[in-house]
Amino acid sequence: MRLDILLRISSKIFIPFIVIFAFYVQFHGDYGPGGGFQAGVIFTSAIILYTIIFGSTKALKDFPEWIFHLMIPLGVIIFAGTGFLSIINGFNFLDYDALAHYPKHGQHIGIISIEIGVFVTVIGSMVSIFYAFVNRGKK
Amino acid sequence: MIILTLMAITTLGIIKLRNLFSVVVLSSIYSFLMATLLLIFDAVDVALTEAAVGAGVSTVLMLTVIYYTKTTEEEPKHSSIIPIMVCLAIGGLLIYGTYGLPPFGASDTPLHNHVSAQYLQRSIPETGVPNVVTSVLASYRGFDTLGEVIVVFTAAIGVISLLKKDNS
Repeated sequence: MRLDILLRISSKIFIPFIVIFAFYVQFHGDYGPGGGFQAGVIFTSAIILYTIIFGSTKALKDFPEWIFHLMIPLGVIIFAGTGFLSIINGFNFLDYDALAHYPKHGQHIGIISIEIGVFVTVIGSMVSIFYAFVNRGKK
Repeated sequence: MIILTLMAITTLGIIKLRNLFSVVVLSSIYSFLMATLLLIFDAVDVALTEAAVGAGVSTVLMLTVIYYTKTTEEEPKHSSIIPIMVCLAIGGLLIYGTYGLPPFGASDTPLHNHVSAQYLQRSIPETGVPNVVTSVLASYRGFDTLGEVIVVFTAAIGVISLLKKDNS
């Protein structure tokens, strides 16, 4: 455990940058490449790196499994909820013009909102699948 | 061309090797080469996904799986002549099919003249989003993307219920 100090220190430095890059890809998706799916996978890779370096026991304590199980349906609800919000405002399903007075602002709000939905679902499912494999090894 | 050659060499390595650890590392390399190729085609969004999912997360998942099984693949029991013949026949047909495609980079193909041109023209005035990929995925084809999210949701639920340990 003491021998991998180099790995542990360098991953401690790297993980914040990976998370910030994930949020950059998430919120800059309108202007540059990327979006909810890519950002979710990058965020997942930060958690996987943490699990590999610090061990599954510590990771499961710091990021409990139920959070990620909850995130899988939560993202779908955010996405579909945005669609139903348009219906309530008298527009078609997922017509983001309904979300603000000026249609372009509505489009921006709608796209950000559904990208967050995608982001949440992707993190939830990727980490849950990884944790399912990790837990299987524990007899 | 260089990248395609490297990809072909990697594939031959994957077929030839019996050590599963090396196979996983080679498939990760294959994904990185694929991401580079997509980058050359200006498909940055897809390249980002390929690098993150193909080379990153799926490699880790496959390594986790190998940890619970054997690390060497067994020798095939049957002769592999028939599969090779089928692969060569289908590959030959596909290569023959590429001669019917329009030349690379041509702008007068049906692909570039119907919806794509409409999206490129109308994305900025209608949605104000400079990245057309995002505006198509999230706005024009929002319902498709909702379907994709539900596919991810269903897959995750399925894998979790298969792998969950019995608490009883």
